[in-house]
Amino acid sequence: MKNRLSLLAGPYVVWMALFVVAPIFLVVIYAFSSAGGGFTLDNFAKMSTYWVVFVRSFELALIATFICLLIGYPLAYIMAKEGPGFQRIAMVLIMLPMWMNFLLRTYAWMSILENTGLLNQFFQAVGIIDLGNLINGWLNNLCAGLNDLLGLSLNTARDTNMEYFKMINTSGAVVLGMVYNYLPFMVLPIYSVIMKLDHSLLEAARDLGASTGRVFRKVIFPLSLPGVLSGITMVFVPSVSTFAISRLLGGGNELLLGDLIERQFLGSAYNAQLGSAISLVMMLVVLICMYVMNRFGEGEEQAVML
Amino acid sequence: MKQRSSILDRLFMGLVFFFLYAPIFLLIIFSFNDSKSRTVWQGFTLDWYVELFQDSAIMSSIYTTLLVSVIATVVATVAGTFAAIGFYNMRRRWRNPLITINNIPMMSAEIVMGVSLCLFFVAAFGLFGTAAQWLNNTLGTNLPTRYYLGFPTLLIAHITFNTPYVVLAVMPKLQQMDKHLVEAAQDLGCTWRQAFWKVIIPEIKPGIVNGMLIAFTMSVDDFVISYFTAGSSTSTLAMTIYGMTKKRISPKINAVSTLLFVTVLILLVIVNVREAHQAKAKNAARS
Amino acid sequence: MKKKLALTLTLTVTTALLAGCSGGGNSADARVVNVCGWGENIEPELIDQFEEETGIKVNYQTAESNEAMYALIKNGGANYDVIVPSDYMISQMIEEDMLAELNFDNIPNFSLVDDRFKNLSYDPENKYTVPYTWGTLGIIYNSDVVKEDVTSWDIMFDPAYAGQTAMINNPRDALGIALMKLGYSINTTDENEIREAYQLIADAKNNGVYQGFFMDEIYDKMEGGETSVCTYYAGDYLVMYENNPSLRWAVPENGSNWFVDAMCVLKDAEHKEEAEAWINFITSTEASLANMDFIWYSTPNKEALEQYPAYYEEQNGEPLDPALYEVMAAPQEILDKCESYLGLPEETRTLYNDLWNELGI
Repeated sequence: MKNRLSLLAGPYVVWMALFVVAPIFLVVIYAFSSAGGGFTLDNFAKMSTYWVVFVRSFELALIATFICLLIGYPLAYIMAKEGPGFQRIAMVLIMLPMWMNFLLRTYAWMSILENTGLLNQFFQAVGIIDLGNLINGWLNNLCAGLNDLLGLSLNTARDTNMEYFKMINTSGAVVLGMVYNYLPFMVLPIYSVIMKLDHSLLEAARDLGASTGRVFRKVIFPLSLPGVLSGITMVFVPSVSTFAISRLLGGGNELLLGDLIERQFLGSAYNAQLGSAISLVMMLVVLICMYVMNRFGEGEEQAVML
Repeated sequence: MKQRSSILDRLFMGLVFFFLYAPIFLLIIFSFNDSKSRTVWQGFTLDWYVELFQDSAIMSSIYTTLLVSVIATVVATVAGTFAAIGFYNMRRRWRNPLITINNIPMMSAEIVMGVSLCLFFVAAFGLFGTAAQWLNNTLGTNLPTRYYLGFPTLLIAHITFNTPYVVLAVMPKLQQMDKHLVEAAQDLGCTWRQAFWKVIIPEIKPGIVNGMLIAFTMSVDDFVISYFTAGSSTSTLAMTIYGMTKKRISPKINAVSTLLFVTVLILLVIVNVREAHQAKAKNAARS
Repeated sequence: MKKKLALTLTLTVTTALLAGCSGGGNSADARVVNVCGWGENIEPELIDQFEEETGIKVNYQTAESNEAMYALIKNGGANYDVIVPSDYMISQMIEEDMLAELNFDNIPNFSLVDDRFKNLSYDPENKYTVPYTWGTLGIIYNSDVVKEDVTSWDIMFDPAYAGQTAMINNPRDALGIALMKLGYSINTTDENEIREAYQLIADAKNNGVYQGFFMDEIYDKMEGGETSVCTYYAGDYLVMYENNPSLRWAVPENGSNWFVDAMCVLKDAEHKEEAEAWINFITSTEASLANMDFIWYSTPNKEALEQYPAYYEEQNGEPLDPALYEVMAAPQEILDKCESYLGLPEETRTLYNDLWNELGI
């Protein structure tokens, strides 16, 4: 009996073999071949040049993930404390932006962050930029004084004639874009795990005399770890491989792995073999990171969403 | 967890929501701007909404997006449900590796999925071309020998990344289901087919609906995978928008997103109000 | 039962999908031509007019740059018939046997093309191409910010405009600018010269001279005053100028690049005849005039080029500013100072690509 129902998975298994396994296999083959078709390791040898890009991508993605966790965990925790009606509304509010195309939302940030953008217009109007110039002036004087007094060599060349704050086309803007786009992916799994916590456990802890802080540290947080881990994965993986965000908010100044890969396939430096090799190495590093992390948390491997 | 949240908590939540919604409201406001500028307000107009419906590129990309999302969601829901039931009834030895493979499209970076599918399609097209050529030569058939990326490849890609979400949403419901339920039904004289339709499906229905919703959301929102698999002749809304972000974004796009946003908002409100009513009715019936 | 059904269904769907992937099969019933051009590089009404006159449906698509278009064709993503690459890309594509020889009997309007634009270096016997537009590369700057007279490429590397300058986002033009600034030929194959040019850009980038690397995003940024200095193409300057009159145009005194974008048909195009009909239509004097008026790139059609100022006056009710006409159709003495891009040998192309990737690091 059991076996007959298991055959229902048949078509999908064939589908996976064709459209999941075979394509990945192909990427591996491409990564090890030259433009002419022969076997080569050149693509990996070239990789050392791109080491910096790897480091930068992982660094920015890590920062973005960390910020997401820092904002997302308290948010999920606070939401879970609210009444059911409020929770429902909060959930809808978190999901809703995902329905608006992420490119558009990112583009909106461009209008906000540009040198002549809305935020700078606002700062100008309120006088924050002048204040910044003033503070920079003071700092310059202060540093100059300290330099004279103590023989230090502190920076005294802070800009005191700023007309705007430089926000767009920086790595900060890219991180902001990542946090903005992927924050819901952090909130949702954590929230759903906290919601499922066994209330009797918390009551028991309280009855046994644990303070609120202690209950959180010793019971709630450890039990919500699976949600945290899957949230981290769901933010980290898209962040490390993004290409549209860095292009829109980073101005193409500092390539990320996604940009580099896109460029090899559809962009200005066609080289599918090199692109495959970069993809392969990136995925391997990500997989290793996730394996180690899951080992730490002994967490469940499945993403919890909704 | 029924503790009161403090004012600080509320403030924090308010700030996060402000962060999430400020850019969106900006987009909406500037869809009514009487100028192409993205940062300077120059008066109210509805022109962009009128022009939007005359722009064939945007309209056809909306059509493509909806078409591919709907078909992919339907196929993925059916295939994913069957697959989940199949996996559930397998021996562990088979099930675990298959579930791992099922997780690949979700866990791997989108760009890798897109790139690998793109390479695969191109290789497959090469093979088909050669085969068709051979058939044409030997059998005198008139098969096309050149294949291109287009709507079909886009659809395949969407089904491929959608189905895992359905499987993942259905699996827990199967695990929660009482194993003896099916046996009991059969003991009472149910055929296999009846047991399947009358017992299993109703039990896992919430999972299926959930999976379907996620799949549809993912399809509509997807850009990266579509970008690599749709070729040059087919364009989803996300791809059209990306094309525009490379030039200048017309406020028409703000208008599209405003319409989308409002539609989704209304839908979500209706669904939630209904659910809330149902929950209330249930509670009332219980007490 | 159900399994068989499912399996049959899957198979049918797959076959149907595959059938859908081919562009060929049904070309007999509907005449179609797939054209790939640049963004905002055609008068849209011409498409309607062509469809009406000939009954051939035009699928007009755009590519971002020569390199992106080449990549899309190479990896099978595109089913173009007509493409409009620039000179250096044409010679590369001819070298790689990607283009079809045209049947000029179907393109009688080719005779209207000015002899200056025939038999150019990328296609010496003129077998593959019909020129579409031509122009020069130059510096666009915002006169509200840049008070000096711009006469050389130095400004693209000038720290005085740090954070206000945008570099062009394709390897050939970007390295070309640096080569010209150094006084080398833009077609050099000397690795040291190219590396020196690369270093110049890399240093400027590391010193924060560039806001970023942009292609068509630059329209919005120049018009809105977000960027003050950039290098782009003459026709595009005129579009920007229309929206922001503070912008100015300069072709450096020690020369620049003059480019020709030409229409070609891909070797495996499925609608070659339709493609030639399109090329012929676009080359006609009326179409050239309408197109020139819309995209501001000058046409190689001799008649149209001469008639354009009159046409402009007729359309707009005011005479064309001769200075603008000069930007559009650079006079011969400026062209004489300019060099056009030639196809580079494979080695040099690889070097360009590698350096270009490294620049992003």
